[in-house]
Amino acid sequence: METEKTRGAGQARDPGETEEPDIAPAPAAAPSAGPAAGPAPAADPAADPISLRGAIATLGGRPVLRGVDLTVRRGEVVALLGANGSGKSTAVRSIVGQVPLTGGELTLFGIPRRRFRDWARIGYVPQRTTAASGVPATVREVVSAGRLARRRFGPPRRADRAAVQRALELVGMADRVRDPVSALSGGQHQRVLIARALAGEPELLIMDEPMAGVDLASQEILAGTLREQVAAGATVLLVLHELGPLEPLIDRAVVLRDGCVVHDGPPPKAVGQHALPGHDHVHPHAAPDAEPIRTGLLT
Amino acid sequence: MLEILDYAFMQRALLAAVLVGITAPAVGIYLVQRRQAIMGDGIGHVALTGVALGFLTGANPVWTAVVVSALGAILMELIRWYGKTRGDLALAMLFYGGMAGGVLLINLSPTGSNANLTTYLFGSITTVSPEDVVAISLLAAFVVLITLGLRRQLFAVCQDEEFARVTGLPVRTLNLLLAVTAAVTVTVAMRVVGLLLVSALMVVPVAAAQQATRGFAMTLALAIAIGVVVTLSGTVFSFYENVPPGASIVVLAIGVFAVITALAAPLAKRRAQRVAAAEERCTLRDDVLV
Repeated sequence: METEKTRGAGQARDPGETEEPDIAPAPAAAPSAGPAAGPAPAADPAADPISLRGAIATLGGRPVLRGVDLTVRRGEVVALLGANGSGKSTAVRSIVGQVPLTGGELTLFGIPRRRFRDWARIGYVPQRTTAASGVPATVREVVSAGRLARRRFGPPRRADRAAVQRALELVGMADRVRDPVSALSGGQHQRVLIARALAGEPELLIMDEPMAGVDLASQEILAGTLREQVAAGATVLLVLHELGPLEPLIDRAVVLRDGCVVHDGPPPKAVGQHALPGHDHVHPHAAPDAEPIRTGLLT
Repeated sequence: MLEILDYAFMQRALLAAVLVGITAPAVGIYLVQRRQAIMGDGIGHVALTGVALGFLTGANPVWTAVVVSALGAILMELIRWYGKTRGDLALAMLFYGGMAGGVLLINLSPTGSNANLTTYLFGSITTVSPEDVVAISLLAAFVVLITLGLRRQLFAVCQDEEFARVTGLPVRTLNLLLAVTAAVTVTVAMRVVGLLLVSALMVVPVAAAQQATRGFAMTLALAIAIGVVVTLSGTVFSFYENVPPGASIVVLAIGVFAVITALAAPLAKRRAQRVAAAEERCTLRDDVLV
């Protein structure tokens, strides 16, 4: 797609380590002076899983987020919508620490991002890349990597193997554990990536375009998986191109346009051709400046 | 055949060969997975400066090579992080600088000469000293500990670095550790395979193994098996034919790659057909027996 999606090594930051110069001026000496949403950095059970305020980010000198506010409350399913280049992927990637924020505040479960260490609470499903890795890997090997969020070092125990198996069953891929991921279709591959995130048994699922390039059968399975997760109390933030089969699950939609939030509320109703069941959003998008907000949602 | 074991230098050479056969593919698989197959080459060039420093200072070249190549590997990893568009040029400077520095220093040293250099560039079975065996064994133990002990963590980092960060793994530390481990492997291998061909032994067994495997663990195991077979047989061949072992080992490895590729292509085709057939619900089968 465009620059927003390129995973430049130079821009990537490691959330597991401390020296990064990003975000939250939050003075380390005064824990009580944290942002209003998260009063104390100590685990607050009522704190919002994601609270992003006034987020500013630039990629390659171009402003991509220009003061984005995004709060995801516990148990909520929030869709982040917008045209290509609107900044929705960047917003999500800044939340998981892949893109540094140059301004604004971000707290995860009430803790400033810089001091957040409890990554096992977050399951991340990155945008699927078509570039295959050089060395073959089986479905089970890839999904097991997600379990590292729970047990970073040391050999996997029975509970870890059981969690991996459960995650594979949730996405209907338990019969393909020994197959190389390179032999899977786009939809199956996406299901494997979601199983990898679920293997860590997260409270918050963050998914970047989980429905992109996914066949109808896999879309239904994914919607079912997500429904179960939501019923079990999971919080979900989804980047979507259009609501599609996930529409009934979504509590709230946040629409981005040119790096700003232009809608935050009930999911917009699909109209016209987009409302038809099974409509596959395949038409190529023109230049982003042609009709900026025509996402298939608000037309 | 077994009479070659009567020679002490051959015992040492064969032991070193086995250690190279294990360690080079064990590190190489991560570099191949990360599409950094060329990194071993770069470290090899930089290690040459380390070897020359050993000659210049009178220290064992294996240890000076470990230090210099580890520093070079860390520098390469830092360039990968922070280097933007001209990262390739910075790496090229490091390659050339390492090579030129090595040749320069070795000719300045009282005991060194280009003849010594050749044994480090292409390997030699007669120059593995008892002290080298101790050093190589210790270094190989370190490499095996890291590459097998941290297999799941390194796999996660090399397979999807972005995801690995969000699991909370110390990705930077693991990347640096892998770079240092690759540097150590280069010095383990330099006596037998030589610095110019060490990268081939990191890459070719992995490339050969993945023609026939479906998973990472299997690829790792098969690559190590291929590595040990070619280093041992290449070393024996060099004993009888008096050629640098690096050359015979690498030619053998490429031969294994060609054979496996030729055998695996029809297998993969049949497997793909079977999968395609299984995914279609109703198909007439020609292998049904009644």
